[in-house]
Amino acid sequence: MTLSTANPKSVLTGAHFLDGDCACGEGALAAGANFAAGYPITPSTEVVEHFASRIPTVGGVFLQMEDELASSMAIVGAAWGGAKVFTVTSGPGFSLMMEHLGYAAMTETPLVLVDVQRGGPSTGLPTLPGQADMLQARWGSHGDYEVIALCPNSPQECFNLTIDAFNLAEEYRTPVLVMMDECVGHMTEKVVIPAASDIKLFPRRYTSLSPSEYLPFRPGPDGIPEMVKAGEGYHIHVTGLTHDEHGYPAMDWHSQHKLVGRLVGKIRDHTDRIARWEERGLEDAEVVVVAYGITSRVAERAMQMARAEGLRVGLLRPVVVWPFPEKRVRELAPRIHAFVVVEMNYGQMVYEVERSAGDQARTLLLGHGGGAVHEPEEILKVIREAAA
Amino acid sequence: MSTLINPVEPFLRTDRMPHIWCPGCGIGTTVNCFARALVESKLPLDKVAVVSGIGCTGRVAGYVNLDSFHTTHGRAIPFATGLKLANPSLHVVVYSGDGDLIAIGGNHFIHAARRNVDITVICVNNFIYGMTGGQVAPTTPVGATATTAPYGCFERPFNLPFLAESSGAVYVARWTSFHVRYIAHSMVEAFQKKGFSFIEILSPCPTLYQRRNKMGDGLDTMRFYKQRSIIKNGARTQDVDINLQGDIIVGKFVDIERPTLQQSMDQQLRQTLKDRYTGWGGA
Amino acid sequence: MPDAPAAPKARKFRGQVFIDWNRCKGCGFCIEFCPPKILTFSDEFNNHGYHPPYLTKEEACTGCDLCGLYCPDFAIFGVRVPKEG
Repeated sequence: MTLSTANPKSVLTGAHFLDGDCACGEGALAAGANFAAGYPITPSTEVVEHFASRIPTVGGVFLQMEDELASSMAIVGAAWGGAKVFTVTSGPGFSLMMEHLGYAAMTETPLVLVDVQRGGPSTGLPTLPGQADMLQARWGSHGDYEVIALCPNSPQECFNLTIDAFNLAEEYRTPVLVMMDECVGHMTEKVVIPAASDIKLFPRRYTSLSPSEYLPFRPGPDGIPEMVKAGEGYHIHVTGLTHDEHGYPAMDWHSQHKLVGRLVGKIRDHTDRIARWEERGLEDAEVVVVAYGITSRVAERAMQMARAEGLRVGLLRPVVVWPFPEKRVRELAPRIHAFVVVEMNYGQMVYEVERSAGDQARTLLLGHGGGAVHEPEEILKVIREAAA
Repeated sequence: MSTLINPVEPFLRTDRMPHIWCPGCGIGTTVNCFARALVESKLPLDKVAVVSGIGCTGRVAGYVNLDSFHTTHGRAIPFATGLKLANPSLHVVVYSGDGDLIAIGGNHFIHAARRNVDITVICVNNFIYGMTGGQVAPTTPVGATATTAPYGCFERPFNLPFLAESSGAVYVARWTSFHVRYIAHSMVEAFQKKGFSFIEILSPCPTLYQRRNKMGDGLDTMRFYKQRSIIKNGARTQDVDINLQGDIIVGKFVDIERPTLQQSMDQQLRQTLKDRYTGWGGA
Repeated sequence: MPDAPAAPKARKFRGQVFIDWNRCKGCGFCIEFCPPKILTFSDEFNNHGYHPPYLTKEEACTGCDLCGLYCPDFAIFGVRVPKEG
């Protein structure tokens, strides 16, 4: 597939001092997003506020809808009208958007959904960080589906990974999540935005077949169907019911296996290509710290402190958290003592690490309720225990 | 002699016939009116999109040979809003039932009317949740029984034309499925109208609402509509409540002009941003 | 003094209905609302067990297509047919 480049009109090329939320908004603009719908929710609102202030001069629409249910569905409608779409929310709104995350997965609608995580559950801590939506990102909607989720740990990554999210959404015709947290969203750092010509975009996989030849949900060799938009004479039917290749409701177990098996396989069969992580010091590590988002920044400090004490510690940072890099964990497990999973929750991604490591290595959790990041010293303490 | 076909046939996904609606259900009747209206209004069919929610009327999307979207329960209107903004050249018709549009979809209904989104909303009102077996709806008249109000509904129902008008709809009409020619005519007007157009169409649900309330079958209900309907074009919407067995006021109640969402948005942004505003004609 | 009104013109068009026998679900709308009242339930069953309608007086059909407009099952429609000769 030939990649296209970004529209210079939408790209704020240069070095900026931006917070993660604004960087995410700039990432969406650079990726060519031209329709966003959203509902205010701390600490995510700045993403759409920023987008709302920029999009009228670039070309596109932001509409604040009446709730997250409407926001998450308006973007699906706009996508079928041909727009490149995203929405942004935090915990309580994320919960409300779950049905439409499932609808987008079922109808194979490309979109980006950003969750700037905060303390939970319920109203929780609107202005303070959490990382407790991670399993919800994977399992939050009902039924069987797979999802792609990326996890930035800096404003620069908020920019970069948002563009990656749009590209993955188009490549796999699926909703993609960007799992930020309040810390990363509200911290201000240098963000370098390249020239538009250096930003590669995966174009929407529109079909070149004629209406009489095209079937909306007939997959290509990679398991992914080509797309169309409304208004082009294809007279498509899109439904959330289990459907056949025409898109017509086909409510029998055979169609279910065929469709849902393919939807799940779309991501699972391409995990090797989609999975992405960062590793430090794994060559000789005895203990591997697994951390993501803001926690990975603290974990890096703890790792440096541990290395200074002579402990052989490495860091594995999932950048794409779903699908989880289980293959890498499985590879590392036999040659290390333990994984130390540090996350701002009472245990979420630790289960993935534990499952992947099996009985080949211990898996320890250093979790907490959120509201503040870990202290490097607490992480160091657990690293020492793990190394012993 | 050329092969004659049913005028509705080109508008149907004939490979999906027969449909699932019960004998005597009025939804199919409204689809005939819809097909006639599409012909009469000369809309380019490739540019017509039907968006529906969940329920018996929601199944209309699956049977019409147009770009059609069967969305989630209550959310046809936000989908339609996004679709229309992304491609303003589309004629977007929301075709759904009373429960879907007004109960779970109620919030979206009033906001879309407030914004004056340029869509046509066809609400087939059978006073019940048909698909799921006959539960009470926000339109069920006081005293009628439903599975979740087995001793009689005790909540005052919505007066849909009043709700639509007070939320800001620019075109409001109500007919029953007896009034086939009027329905088609209203649909033509609504398609051509810029802004949020709302047409309520009363329909029998013989299997559930009519049967549970001993109102006969579909034909009995159509006779009832014929007998008890009074056409009062321009009536005040606050006066058109429907009672269990009382008169039914039908007609075109509201037909006004005001800027659509797209127009208001363009106007405001152009006014504030002047030359910096990049008007967007859609994706 | 104005001329006496001319004799009524002979009707130019005859109507004809077409029935999709197996789509009919016997709801009775077409029979009820046919203006010349020339549709009625047949005695035969279709494959769903319903009695589709039939035209009792073919020459009285005007081809108004109200039957088609009412039919919720898209099982009948009427057309105007020019009279031969």
